[in-house]
Amino acid sequence: MTQKIIRLSKLDKFYGEFQALSQINLDIQTGEFFSLLGPSGCGKTTLLRAIAGFETLSSGSLHIDGVSMDGVPANKRPTNMVFQSYAIFPHMSVAENIAYGLKARKLPKAEIKASVAEAINMVGLEGFDDRASHALSGGQRQRVALARALVLKPRVLLLDEPLSALDKKLREQMQSELRRLQRAVGITFVLVTHDQEEALTMSDRIAVMFDGKIEQVASPQILYGKPSNRKVAAFIGMMNFLDAKVLTTSGDNVEVEVQSLGKLTLPLAQATGGLNGCNSVGVRPEMLTILMGSQTSEREIEAEVTEVYYYGDMTYYDVKLPAKEDPITVTMRNTAGREVLEVGAKARVGWSTSSLLLLK
Amino acid sequence: MADFQKWRRSESAQGLFLISPTLGFALLLLAVPLIMVVALSFWTQDYLTLDRTFTTANYQTAWTEPMYQYLMARSLKISIFVTAVTVLVAYPVAYFISFHVAPKRKAMWIFLITIPFWTSYLMRIFLWKVILGYNGVINGTLTGLGIIDEPLSFILYNQNAVVITLAHAWIPFAILPIFVALERVDRSLIEAAEDLGDSGLRRFFRVTLPLSMPGVIAATIIVFIPTIGDYVTPRLVGGPNGLMISNMIELQFKKANNAPLGAALAISAMGIVTFFALVFLWMNRKYVRGPS
Ligand SMILES: Nc1ncnc2c1ncn2[C@@H]1O[C@H](COP(=O)(O)OP(=O)(O)OP(=O)(O)O)[C@@H](O)[C@H]1O
Ligand SMILES: [Mg+2]
Repeated sequence: MTQKIIRLSKLDKFYGEFQALSQINLDIQTGEFFSLLGPSGCGKTTLLRAIAGFETLSSGSLHIDGVSMDGVPANKRPTNMVFQSYAIFPHMSVAENIAYGLKARKLPKAEIKASVAEAINMVGLEGFDDRASHALSGGQRQRVALARALVLKPRVLLLDEPLSALDKKLREQMQSELRRLQRAVGITFVLVTHDQEEALTMSDRIAVMFDGKIEQVASPQILYGKPSNRKVAAFIGMMNFLDAKVLTTSGDNVEVEVQSLGKLTLPLAQATGGLNGCNSVGVRPEMLTILMGSQTSEREIEAEVTEVYYYGDMTYYDVKLPAKEDPITVTMRNTAGREVLEVGAKARVGWSTSSLLLLK
Repeated sequence: MADFQKWRRSESAQGLFLISPTLGFALLLLAVPLIMVVALSFWTQDYLTLDRTFTTANYQTAWTEPMYQYLMARSLKISIFVTAVTVLVAYPVAYFISFHVAPKRKAMWIFLITIPFWTSYLMRIFLWKVILGYNGVINGTLTGLGIIDEPLSFILYNQNAVVITLAHAWIPFAILPIFVALERVDRSLIEAAEDLGDSGLRRFFRVTLPLSMPGVIAATIIVFIPTIGDYVTPRLVGGPNGLMISNMIELQFKKANNAPLGAALAISAMGIVTFFALVFLWMNRKYVRGPS
């Protein structure tokens, strides 16, 4: 039985005239690793801060654990936050920072000491207890911020781009550590990120936001495999788009006229966001193949290679289809015996109707 | 020799060279008179001539004579009082400007605070005399309203008047460093404190106040050091019971015709001020460094 720990309904947020969030409806399940993903300025931080209690809602409601948060200040909410800048208290040591919230709760000294020691262990900062906070590296500051929030055992941990200040290697290490930590403590994590890879690898579910609106909420596989519209499809990974026109529907099938590919019949399920307003077909680069020698495919089309990007394990080709101006991208794994084509070469591109998505 | 060559080309040497004209001027105006006063304090006045044999007698008098001890203690007490009142009044004002005034209006507020400086300090003292006097604004209002029958006499020509006048004069100087310190407090730290469960008052005492302490200490130094040696204010609004050590120093130099004793008193007062300044600086270092 999964339960909803956070429930947002019809949430609006205005800054003066500017609408930062509009009609946000969102349920977050207890114990899941949830991510808010979207481009810069789309309102992710605003939404997170609204949950934490730092922004008042213009309208709509927010329930945490079934309790309305209307009028409940941040210090009374069962959430804790890891700030983007970490917000480590500069006048306190590592241990004092971690003890901050426990002291606010006026717990007995011995209990505080034990909890702090446990939290320091959990994030791997043994021996750093008395270290001044300005003498910490970025990764260590991040761990302090995590420990400081987790030691309070919140119902929900809110994280605002906690990894964006770290270098690539440390970021990847912290990603898996965060995931491990979340599984270990079983607390609901809500992570804000603009990095789609980070969201895909870490989350149970992801909400994709644009311009203050949530476009799709789904698991990473569904988000990647069945994006509900063109915007989401283009934001998550790479996607080729071809113009399309819906002709007729019959039963569970729909007949479409697709640029370069011609007239096709697709199952209705491949119109992931509904048939209404569909005007393009999307296909992932790895769903296409460049056919070699006697290789065959369900369908194939003649194309010309216009650009080659060689990555070692992979080769990315830009190929031009007949009757389409911009080239599309095909990615091929460089397996044994596969030759890398040159610019200008003719190529047979293999595709299948099942890998096409009908999008609006 | 090589060291000297290296030093000459170093940045600090060039800096020293650049400021040398100003440095020379400052030395002439500050160090030379100071050295003269120090020298004077070890001599003796013999009617119209100075006896230049070295003696510590002036210092013995300055530190043992009850009247001088008493005046010194009173000066200290008044300036501690003035400092406390000034900082306590300045802090809320600085806090208000930093936290509750829209960013684009802050500069204007700071500008408004400097308005009192558009009139001379003497003018402001006389205004306080008008306000606090026997037939002044406060007494006039209170008697007019029938709240008191006789004018209050404890508000002018005593230590209270000195404290009020000095505090009023120094508040803007105290607001500025506190304001700057508060501006530098990262707002996300205060949010973090709230997020971790602290109410408004508790996060003020646990985060905002400690982080603004450098400003408070700077304000304390700025107010405390000049007020302890203030001369004009006690002279004009202090009455006989409000006189401070600098008034005595003047007396020694002029009417009492004992400049060496005056010099010894002045140097002693300087010593005490230096001691306090060092204490404040040490406190400041502690706050700036944070826990070690
Ligand atoms: N206090 C504010 N007053 C006015 N507008 C604001 C305020 N805070 C945020 N905004 C606006 O609201 C929008 C959403 O801001 P938000 O910080 O939530 O974006 P974000 O998705 O977190 O972006 P980023 O990835 O860059 O952090 C932005 O256009 C921003 O300019
Ligand atoms: Mg943000």
